[in-house]
Amino acid sequence: MSGRVADNIVHFARVLRAAGLPVGSDRILAGIRAVELVGLDRRDDVHAALSAVMLGRHEQQPVFDAAFAAFWRDPKLLERLMYLLLPKIAGRPGPVQPPQRPRRVEEALSPPATTPPPESPPHEEDKQTIDALVSFSERERLQRADFESMSAREFAIARRLAETVPLPVRPLRTRRLAASPRGRIDVRRALRRLARTPDTIDLPRSAPRLRAPPLVILIDISGSMDRYARAFLHYAYGLTQHHHRVHTMVFGTRLTDITRCLRHRDPDVAIERADELVQDWRGGTRIASNLAEFNRRWARRMLTGNAALLLVTDGLDRDEHGSLAVEAARLARFAHELVWLNPLLRYEGFTPRAAGVRALLPHVDRMLPMHNLASLADLAQALREPPQRPDAGARRTERTT
Amino acid sequence: MPRPANVDETLEALSRQDYLASRQLATAVFLALNLGRPLLLEGEAGTGKTELAKVLARALDTPLIRLQCYEGLDIASAAYEWNVARQMLEIRIAEAGHEASREKLVAGLYAREMLIARPLLQALTQDKPPVLLIDELDRADEPFEAFLLEVLAESQLSVPELGTIRAEHPPIVVLTSNRTREIHDALKRRCLYAWVDYPDAARELEIIHRKAPGAGERLAAQVVAFVQRARRLDLFKAPGVAETIDWANALLALDALSLDPQSVSDTLGVLLKYQDDIAQFEGGATKAILDELHAEGILERHP
Repeated sequence: MSGRVADNIVHFARVLRAAGLPVGSDRILAGIRAVELVGLDRRDDVHAALSAVMLGRHEQQPVFDAAFAAFWRDPKLLERLMYLLLPKIAGRPGPVQPPQRPRRVEEALSPPATTPPPESPPHEEDKQTIDALVSFSERERLQRADFESMSAREFAIARRLAETVPLPVRPLRTRRLAASPRGRIDVRRALRRLARTPDTIDLPRSAPRLRAPPLVILIDISGSMDRYARAFLHYAYGLTQHHHRVHTMVFGTRLTDITRCLRHRDPDVAIERADELVQDWRGGTRIASNLAEFNRRWARRMLTGNAALLLVTDGLDRDEHGSLAVEAARLARFAHELVWLNPLLRYEGFTPRAAGVRALLPHVDRMLPMHNLASLADLAQALREPPQRPDAGARRTERTT
Repeated sequence: MPRPANVDETLEALSRQDYLASRQLATAVFLALNLGRPLLLEGEAGTGKTELAKVLARALDTPLIRLQCYEGLDIASAAYEWNVARQMLEIRIAEAGHEASREKLVAGLYAREMLIARPLLQALTQDKPPVLLIDELDRADEPFEAFLLEVLAESQLSVPELGTIRAEHPPIVVLTSNRTREIHDALKRRCLYAWVDYPDAARELEIIHRKAPGAGERLAAQVVAFVQRARRLDLFKAPGVAETIDWANALLALDALSLDPQSVSDTLGVLLKYQDDIAQFEGGATKAILDELHAEGILERHP
C-alpha cells in the first residue's frame, strides 16, 4: 500500500477521533490493512471496510458517514469544517462552561459540611454515616421537614444524605456461584483441595452470588410534584454516581432522559444540565401517554437483566378510556419489580380516590411514602424486604391471566 | 472451499448458500476472514445474524461450533470442565491398587484427557479452522466478556492446572448481540463491527424467492410490500426477515394466492409477536396498508 493512502487513513482516523469516536491506533492499523485487502476500486467497499474497523456502535454510523463523504471530497476542507462543526456533529454540548451556580455561592457563605461523604459506605453503617454527615439536631429537623418546605441549602444536605443511602432495591440472586460459608458443596474445589492436601477433608461450599439489579427511575415533574421531584433528583444523582446501570427519566408533558446529565461529576452542574434539558418543569402531566412512550421506546432496552423500576409520582391524573391502567399493566410486565413512591402517602388516611391512583395501584409491587428524608432513608431498608402488601400476590396472578 | 479473495467472491459464496447479504456486510465478512478478527454483528432480532454464521460455516465447508449465551454462563459450561466423576474414580482405583506414588496420581488427575471440552475449547482444538458462533452475547453477564478477551484476541485458553492451550487453526469467530445491553469497549475494540439492518424491498423480495419458492411472483411482491410498510409503523417489535419468510410460508400453507383482509388477519400472529401490535393492525393498520397497496397497483382490488 502506498504511503499516501496510509497517511490519508491516519488523517481520517484523527478526524473521527476529533468527532468523538474512540479510534485508537490499533484501529488505524487494522483500517490500513482492511483497505489494502478490499482495494481502492470501489468507494463503497472502502467505506464498508473502514466502518467495520472503526465503528463500535450503530449510532456512530451517521457521524462516520458524514466524515467519510466530506473526506472523500477534500480532506483539508473537512478538517476545517470539523473544527467549526464539531460540537454539532458529535452531538456534544459546546465548550464546557460551568453554569451559574447561586447555590454554590450560598454554600460558600455558609459553614462547610462536617465531613466529606465516604465513597461507598457499607450497608450496616448507614446510620453512623448519616450521623457523621449532619449534626444530630439538624438531622432531626430535616428529617421531619417536608421536602415541600426545604431550602436550597437543605437540598444539598438531602443530596449528600441520599448519596450515602445504598441502592434501594433488593439484590438479585444470580445463577453464578461464589464461595460462601453456607450453601452447596463445591465438588470441584473440594477435589482440588484434596489433591493439594490429601490427608485432610475440607468441604468448601458455594452459594448464588448476589448482584444489585439495574435501576430505572421515572420521575413525575408536574406542578403538584415539583418540590418532591427536585429532592428526588438529588437522590437520583447520588445513585447514578455510586452505581452503574441507573437510568433516570423525568416526565411532565413529555418524557426526557436525563441519565447523561446526572453522570456529571459535579452535582450542581449535573442538576443544572438536567434543568436545562427538561422543558416541562411544573407543567401539566399526562402520566398515561408518558408511560406509553416509555413502554414503547425504552422499556425493552432499559428494563433488562431483572431491572427494578421506581415510579415517582402522585398519580394525580385522569384515567381516560382506562389507558393508564393498560400502560401500568404493561410496565409491570416489563419490570422485575415496580415500586411506586408517592408523596401523598404522608397524609394519614390517604385513600386511593383519584382515578389515576386507582388505575396504577393494582399494578405496582408496592407503594411507599416519599416526602421527607426519613422516608428516603427508610426506602432502602423497605425495598430489601419482600413485598408486604397483602394483595401483592393477587397482582402476580393477575399478571399471568 | 478456499476463502474468498475479494468482496465480490464473498457475496457470491454467501449467495450460493441462499444468504443475500448487503455489500457492506459482505465486506465485513471478507475482512473478518482475512484479518483473522472476530466479527461482531448487532441488529434487531430476526435480521439474519445467527444465520450468517451458519451459512458461513456451510460456505467454507467447516464445522460450526455454537455457544449460546445466557445469564449465569460460566467457564465450566462455556470453555472446559474437569471430569470430576472420572477423577473420583481414578482416586478409588489408585486406593484399591495401593498405588504408591501420590505425585503420579495427582498428575494423572489433571491430565489433558480429564478435561471435558465445551464449545470454546472445542473451537480451539479442531483440525481446520471452524466457525465459532457466540450467540446473543448481551445475555451473558459482563464478567464473561472479560473471559472471552483471551480466547478472541489470542486464540488461546489458559487452564490453571494445565497451562495454555493454543489453537493451531484459529477459529473464525462470529459474535451476535441484540443490544439489550452495551458490549464492553475492550471487546468491541478487538472485533470488526457490522450492523445488520432490515433488507430493502428488492433484496427482501429475492430472499423470499429463495426461501419460500412456492410463493408466486405476485404473492411474494405483496408480502414484501406489506412488511416493508409495516416496519415504518410505530411497533413494539417490527417484523424481521425471519418473520417475512415465515409469513410467506404460512400464507402458502393456507393456499392464499393474494393478500386480502381475511388472510392477513388469520396469519398476523406469524408476523407480529406483541398483542399490542396485533391489536393495532386489527384496528385499522392492516386496512390502511392494503389500501395503499391497492392504490399503487401492487394488489388488485377485491370485489
